[in-house]
Amino acid sequence: MHLAADLLKKQFPSEIVEVVEFRGDTTVVVKPERIRDICRFLRDDPTVAFKYLSMIAGLDYFPESPRFAVVYNLYSHQNHDRLTLKAYLASATAPAIDSVTSVWATADWHEREAYDLMGIRFKGHPNLKRILLPEDWKGHPLRKEYPQRGDQDAATWVNRRIDAKK
Amino acid sequence: MGIEEHLGYNVLTTTLEKIVDWGRKSSLWPCTFGLACCAIEMIVTAANRWDIARFGMEAFRASPRQADLMIVAGTVCKKMMPAIKRIYEQMTEPKWVIAMGACASSGGIFDSYPVVQGIDLYLPVDVYIPGCPPRPEGLLYGILKLHEKILQDPFLTKQYRDKLAARREAA
Repeated sequence: MHLAADLLKKQFPSEIVEVVEFRGDTTVVVKPERIRDICRFLRDDPTVAFKYLSMIAGLDYFPESPRFAVVYNLYSHQNHDRLTLKAYLASATAPAIDSVTSVWATADWHEREAYDLMGIRFKGHPNLKRILLPEDWKGHPLRKEYPQRGDQDAATWVNRRIDAKK
Repeated sequence: MGIEEHLGYNVLTTTLEKIVDWGRKSSLWPCTFGLACCAIEMIVTAANRWDIARFGMEAFRASPRQADLMIVAGTVCKKMMPAIKRIYEQMTEPKWVIAMGACASSGGIFDSYPVVQGIDLYLPVDVYIPGCPPRPEGLLYGILKLHEKILQDPFLTKQYRDKLAARREAA
């Protein structure tokens, strides 16, 4: 098993749900409540030293339950090693998890992207607002129930914006 | 040197419309902006291999107030559309619009929520150029078609003035 997975099991025995190994990649499924402590431990532990957060992704498993998940892809320059953390979120309507911006500053924009497109709230984020879509956009387009061509609000957005500038 | 030798000291007659239309089509100045991969094809059209300067069009103007041709080259996101509409409104009359490529013409492969499904929803398009992206030859052909259109533009007629008034009304 991956060294980081062993360390996590020792350090956070109640938080680890399962460890998945697939073709040399390790995914640790954790409970969302102490995600910030887990991330800080992985960053600061001198043997694994995951000092770099590659990306954060939001997932929508509709219609399964739990519906939403957040995935953290970590990288260690010291060991040239990767680790994936995955946390399923309990709520299907208002998914939320602690922000890890205090651990890796780069999480700021990644979390804003996940909020913008998936509607996942990151508690403790310093500036949680839309990053890609216009600030007055309605809805979160990468959610499964969002229509591919956009809803009525999306269809009239350009006209409203042009009219507002006149 | 030049055409003076052949003409000598003569008087040529033509109509005002023809000479003005000829002047307009011979020095179309496109607005400098590109939105996606079509812009790369537009850039090479301006470079020496295809050489848009042959048609008096090498002066891509950074200011819309000095341009009279808008080449919408690429995918237009909804977030970008108000800015493009504004650039179009800043351009001085007379002005023309080319929808370059599948995306500008119809949204192309991006049949989804953030992409404008054809700029003709918001702008009066004169020439549509198909392709994804069109080759520089395609763009030049579209420009030559626009030249033909400009040459046939009877701008002194009441019909034209009515059309212009209708366009201003719509904008």
